Amino acid sequence: MTPFDYVRADGPDAAVKQVVARPTAAFLGGGTGLIDLMKLYAERHDLLVDVSRLPMDKVEATEKGVRIGANVRNSDLAYHAAIRTRFPVLSEALLSGASPQLRNMATVGGNLMQRTRCPYFRDGHSACNKRVPKSGCAALDGVNRGHAVLGTSDHCIATHPSDLCVALAILDATVRTTGPKGERTIPFADFHRLPGDTPDRETALDHGELITAVDLPALPWATRSHYLKVRDRASYEFALTSAAVALEIADGVIKQARIALGGVGTKPWRAAEAEKALVGKKPTPEAFAAAGDAALAGAVPRQHNAFKIPLAKRTVARALAAAAAMPG
Amino acid sequence: MAPSDDPDRRDFIQGVTAGGLALGLGAATSADPPADVGQPIPMKLTINGQDRELQIEPRVTLLDALREVLHLTGSKKGCDHGQCGACTVLIDGRRVNSCLTLAVAAAGGQVTTIEGLAKGEELHPLQAAFIKHDAFQCGYCTPGQICSAVGLMAEGHAKSDADVRELMSGNICRCGAYPNIVAAVQEVQQLAAKENP
Repeated sequence: MTPFDYVRADGPDAAVKQVVARPTAAFLGGGTGLIDLMKLYAERHDLLVDVSRLPMDKVEATEKGVRIGANVRNSDLAYHAAIRTRFPVLSEALLSGASPQLRNMATVGGNLMQRTRCPYFRDGHSACNKRVPKSGCAALDGVNRGHAVLGTSDHCIATHPSDLCVALAILDATVRTTGPKGERTIPFADFHRLPGDTPDRETALDHGELITAVDLPALPWATRSHYLKVRDRASYEFALTSAAVALEIADGVIKQARIALGGVGTKPWRAAEAEKALVGKKPTPEAFAAAGDAALAGAVPRQHNAFKIPLAKRTVARALAAAAAMPG
Repeated sequence: MAPSDDPDRRDFIQGVTAGGLALGLGAATSADPPADVGQPIPMKLTINGQDRELQIEPRVTLLDALREVLHLTGSKKGCDHGQCGACTVLIDGRRVNSCLTLAVAAAGGQVTTIEGLAKGEELHPLQAAFIKHDAFQCGYCTPGQICSAVGLMAEGHAKSDADVRELMSGNICRCGAYPNIVAAVQEVQQLAAKENP
């Protein structure tokens, strides 16, 4: 790591001011992503403002929904009773990610800011438009087995790595922030950006804007929700493909469906067309297979990752079948 | 390293020493980082119940502080990127990767390392069970495995062997002692359950 200063913020507003004052300052949460990337010289900051002890660490569950403080640790959220019963997809997604140690450290806010596992981004020296704008993309014609097939551009095909974010994408989440321009809320769908020709800009946040909470509305149908992750080993690995799904079924007919994919998109990938294709249908294997086809309709493979397209279709179909089999 | 006479620097150090009051830097108006960025700062860590005062750079991880400064070399550096678990320690009873934790960020917490588990000559039950079940070969991952297992038991989510395997997956053993690790953890868990039903 290059040298940096460290301060412990005594409040969100102070933290914002401290980061705003230095262009290369960053907020420090659990550190599981940031410290890793700084050790690789993929990120360099001369000041870390530690926000991990700010009192944004509550899960507040009411009839209207759940407010998740940005500092809630992944493990605490995953095992929270309200999350397990009302939003099982969220708990399952969290527990499928990383290791128990990392989940004890990693915060919800940090998870939203999690950066890609693309090896050309992480190695600190390859051509990477995300790390060094306009330097090129070594992944386009490199080893791209792990890379995205949805939302890619000629400038970046890096996969978004989060599991939690895939679940949040189907739960109508909103992100609460405080920043140099004051407080605001950002719909989750608008939080992560597509790479386009500026893959270095990954989120809607301004420099010095701090995530304070994630809000989930009450979603009665979310009790029938599920996260399925497919990976190279049984545990402690990033997704090749994953699917977060929810189904509202009444009188044997699908009233509402939610589908998002992980491991295949440059951002957490909501599959709205696939959702629409299920409404009014009976929950059958054929309908679920068709939803999988619809979810991957726009997929663009590279040399080594074409296998992800049929794998993701089957991941969607199997996740939907598992959700349909849950008690509603 | 001699303390700087720069007033911002002095305020900053005092701010950290006071345990969270961020002074000085917040008032900085220059966009340029100070030339002396990243200087050693004082911090107080509580390791295995003992307060230790250090003067080290903010970029020093808890793992490096334990091993290189405090000479507690039980915690091991495997990957140094949170992927192997050899550096696992407990902070306030929760298992974490000390290689991804800044030492300064751990100030104020109770850090427990493998050196802090035994009571005098009496091994922690998990240490004894690892020996009994031959739950290691080279031993490099073992301190992390044992600290992780202490955390796992405190969390209380692992019931079956499959649960233990899943919830110990953050600790890699390249000798492949996994079956014996699971047996050791399960024996101590079941004994604890009998004693505290």
